[in-house]
Amino acid sequence: MGLLSKKDAKLITDPLADNNPITIQVLGICSALAITAELKASIVMSIAVLFVLGVGNVIISLMRNIIPSKIRIIVQLIVVATLVIIVDLVLKAFAYELSKTLSVFVGLIITNCIIMGRFEAFALANGPWRSFLDGIGNALGYGVILIIVGFFRELLGSGSLLGFKVLGDSIEKTGVYAYGYENNGFMLLAPMALITLGIIIWVQRSRNGALIEEN
Amino acid sequence: MANTDKNSYTVLFATGMVLIVGTLLAFVASSLKEKISENKRIEKQQNILYAMGVNDNEDGSVAFVSKKIVGSEFSKYITKQIVIEGDKVTENNEAYLIDLKKEEAKAKNKSYTRKLPLFIGQKEGEEFYIVPMRGKGLWDAIWGYVAIDNQLIVQGVYFDHAGETPGLGSNIKERFFMDDFIGEHIFDGDVFKGIAVIKGNADPKNLNKTDFEVDAIAGATITGTGLATMFKKDLEMYVPYLKTLKK
Repeated sequence: MGLLSKKDAKLITDPLADNNPITIQVLGICSALAITAELKASIVMSIAVLFVLGVGNVIISLMRNIIPSKIRIIVQLIVVATLVIIVDLVLKAFAYELSKTLSVFVGLIITNCIIMGRFEAFALANGPWRSFLDGIGNALGYGVILIIVGFFRELLGSGSLLGFKVLGDSIEKTGVYAYGYENNGFMLLAPMALITLGIIIWVQRSRNGALIEEN
Repeated sequence: MANTDKNSYTVLFATGMVLIVGTLLAFVASSLKEKISENKRIEKQQNILYAMGVNDNEDGSVAFVSKKIVGSEFSKYITKQIVIEGDKVTENNEAYLIDLKKEEAKAKNKSYTRKLPLFIGQKEGEEFYIVPMRGKGLWDAIWGYVAIDNQLIVQGVYFDHAGETPGLGSNIKERFFMDDFIGEHIFDGDVFKGIAVIKGNADPKNLNKTDFEVDAIAGATITGTGLATMFKKDLEMYVPYLKTLKK
């Protein structure tokens, strides 16, 4: 990345892999389990979090010197809540059906621990540009995992990707269904999201030994 | 830099922040309001058409007619919209925009005659009478549309909810639940019965269409009971009119 200094680039790349908010810091698990039954919902949730975290980090960083420390958590909460309400209204106006699928989960971005975590741990102590990169990096790290989990759950659970039946038709028995393949309905339930996530963590840790804690 | 630890500064900061955020949100909400209510209007048309079987359903999932054609499909299939007020029946092409929640609130005043919207649709020579309803789930409002033919047999339903538990109560808008209502009778002879949502149903495959029962969803007892109550209570108001239909 020619645009960014090495230190700044790390803000983006670190959360993508070795300091991933979901698989390493185990934050934001609730939404990762809840909305990943479909790839589309995962992508939209990632974009919404990308927006909220990117913009939110900049706002908090710009205000970091004027926020009274006594009410800083409340101020952070107001910033997230405002951004989330805006996202919610925009979805309702321009992607109504999607906003119905996401329904309560958009509101739940407010309580997404990644967001408050980055505000408190990073934006309050760093300038707007670095905070922006940190926000984008962490949201991308969150999004990547969401999309991987969503990809496998939709593919194995419904036999489709983004609603397209990539494996053939399960009723007409075309494609792989002609050979006796069946969709695994269990993949659509939250427990399988947890297991999928576990497998991702397993793969990541076995590839990078430095991540394994010693006891 | 001002001393950010002072109480007066904290109060001032909080006040300023609330003012700015409030203005911003009010601005965004009012500039998107028109688009959002247009989406809600389209959704209502889609729901009404869904109940009478005009939809893109395949493969066990719910699919409405697409947004682009819903307007023309609605005027094609819904031949008449009426409003029932006591004994008075008037035609009104915007009956589907009547707000059931507001009507219910107004009807608490005994002297008010509640406006009951009813949509009459025609598909392949069959007539459908579509009744809108609204009730209480576990967490929030639930609502729906029930299409009845002139033999007073349910021909299709659509249910939706504001915030029932995902995976449990929210399943009232899934095909496996809604499709059970199709073919169910709601009258026992001349007596209005409604349809109950029953746990431990003796007829889980729903083969008996005259038992006034459908199988409940596991883990969604309160949503199910709320739905049955809504079904009975709201449909009952239409009974005098419905009775005139049966030939």
